Amino acid sequence: MNALQELIRDVKASMGIFESPNPELHGLLAEFPNPGALYHAAEGVRDAGYKHFDTHSPFPIHGMDDAMGLPNSKVGWICLIGGITGLALGTWLQWWTSAVDYPLNISGKPFFSVEPSVPVMFEVTILFSALAAVAGMFALNGLPRPYNPLFYSKNFARATDDAFFLHIAATDRRFDSEDTRQMLSDLGAQNIEVIRDRGTSELED
Amino acid sequence: MDDSPLFGADLSFHEITEKVSSHTEKKTPLAWYAAFSIANIGLMILLVMIAYLFWNGIGVWGLNNPVGWGYAIVNFVFWVGIGHAGTLISAILFLFRQQWRTAINRSAEAMTVFAVICALVFPGIHVGRVWAAYWMLPIPNQMEMWPQFKSPLLWDVFAVSVYFTVSLTFWYVGMIPDLATMRDRATTKIRQRVLGVLSMGWTGANRHWRNYEKAYLLLAALATPLVLSVHSVVSFDFAVSIVPGWHTTIFPPYFVAGAIFSGFAMVVTLMVIARKVYGLQDIITISHLEKMNIVILLTGTMVGFAYITEFFMAWYSGVQYEQYAFLNRAFGPYAWAYWTMMSCNLFFPQFFWFKKLRTSIPFMFVVSILVNVGMWFERFVITVTSLHRDYLPSSWDYYSPTAVDVLTFVGSFGLFFTLFLLFLRFMPMVAISEVKGIKPEADPHYYDGHGDGQAGNALPTPAPGASTTA
Repeated sequence: MNALQELIRDVKASMGIFESPNPELHGLLAEFPNPGALYHAAEGVRDAGYKHFDTHSPFPIHGMDDAMGLPNSKVGWICLIGGITGLALGTWLQWWTSAVDYPLNISGKPFFSVEPSVPVMFEVTILFSALAAVAGMFALNGLPRPYNPLFYSKNFARATDDAFFLHIAATDRRFDSEDTRQMLSDLGAQNIEVIRDRGTSELED
Repeated sequence: MDDSPLFGADLSFHEITEKVSSHTEKKTPLAWYAAFSIANIGLMILLVMIAYLFWNGIGVWGLNNPVGWGYAIVNFVFWVGIGHAGTLISAILFLFRQQWRTAINRSAEAMTVFAVICALVFPGIHVGRVWAAYWMLPIPNQMEMWPQFKSPLLWDVFAVSVYFTVSLTFWYVGMIPDLATMRDRATTKIRQRVLGVLSMGWTGANRHWRNYEKAYLLLAALATPLVLSVHSVVSFDFAVSIVPGWHTTIFPPYFVAGAIFSGFAMVVTLMVIARKVYGLQDIITISHLEKMNIVILLTGTMVGFAYITEFFMAWYSGVQYEQYAFLNRAFGPYAWAYWTMMSCNLFFPQFFWFKKLRTSIPFMFVVSILVNVGMWFERFVITVTSLHRDYLPSSWDYYSPTAVDVLTFVGSFGLFFTLFLLFLRFMPMVAISEVKGIKPEADPHYYDGHGDGQAGNALPTPAPGASTTA
């Protein structure tokens, strides 16, 4: 049971969902002046051995996955599975409807043959691959996620505008209020803020 | 990239946000209401014409015995073609790393989605018995029969509906980060709620960006063969038949080139107006418009080459009916339509060889409209002139549209502009995060004094606070 909980915790962490047991201390949010500073800070945090952290920026920063020590995205595999499913379904649909369920003789042509079936096979493959890629992206990102404790930070609204943040969650094994704060400020953070998890009820205010 | 400024080179990250989102936040301008009212009149005309058609049947259209395909098919192909430029800009130019696309891709994708909606109206209403329109879908009818999968018309149903679904998905996925930007700026509760739902809790997290970028790349890679397949399948509607003038193998590439040609012309028409009205001249620059005009010149020449090749093939085939079909196009009763097509599509875009003309806003605006007129006539020429005089002279006839035909087509523009104006009013019309992402300052190595040139080519200037770690 403990191993399962551990696994769920790691999967959620890979999506950027960190569930701190202490609502008064969800994590530390540090602001950096530009993408370059954020990039080097992420490298520093990675090298210090942290795992439960994330960077927030208004656009994707080239090379940030390596700087954070993240592996390649798995979306491609989900897309491939979607594509194979679509191809199989498109083929089966045409074969089953025209050769099995209700065969119709049209000018003596075979009930099913590959050549006239290619366009529909192709289109259904594309449809399923595209939808699988998007659904896989949402699933791996843990989206939609309407509530996020970071939204309590007034400053954090600028993460989608022109500010660059690094968030270290309190769930990280190496997390320590004082040491982590010290490390962030050594890395050049301009503004370090404690994030509290106040739950959804207070969002009404 | 060349030395021309990308766009927004002088704007800071915040100014880009401000410039794009402020248009959705300010009070609705009076001019928007005026334009929206006119578009709504068009939409009402469309709805009334469809209602009239449903009540009376397709006898209210100008179709006659040899010409069983008229305005409905012409309009369908026209609108699908318009849509293709949006996918080309958003997917193919993305794969080719053409960074200038970021200024126009969002509005071009919107144009795609709305043009395909307009296109889908026509096959839906032209079936005669609208209550049986679901026969187009793989659902068994009351006789437990399935659609005929050997028919190009059914391939078309699949191609266009998949195209619509994928385009809509691509457009929406691309908008999520920008909707989050607008959510974080929202001041009213209703805006916060609506944008909060639409942006799905996006926080710009890198753990999200990495999956997002991969999914976006995959969508682009999937949309590229899709867009080429869609117009190829549309051309199969004609090419797989044995009608002289339709039965040619050149159709798929020629239709795709024509679709991109007309779509780019529509993008130019829309952008020339939108950048002026919304003051986006420093995001959508002359350089972007010029690049689109070069694409129009290229594809227009390809289309013109295809017209001439068709004549050559008709002569070279030695088939009397084939030769007659083409001579009849150019010199028969529909010569007026043929020469309208030739001059709009082959002649006028050639002026874009001159840099002065392809960077002139009034000139490109006129040519972009002429190209769309020409491309509508291309579909008219292909559809009607091939049918109106077939193998047996005793069945020849002349096709003229009725007022209902013409008003339905006019009304489809009302539908298109209604949707496009709603988009301009409520959605981020420029891809904010992408425009920021290709600024030189977005490259993390820009600040190290040894930029790798991936994000731009500005002079590197070290910034404070960047050298605290090794």
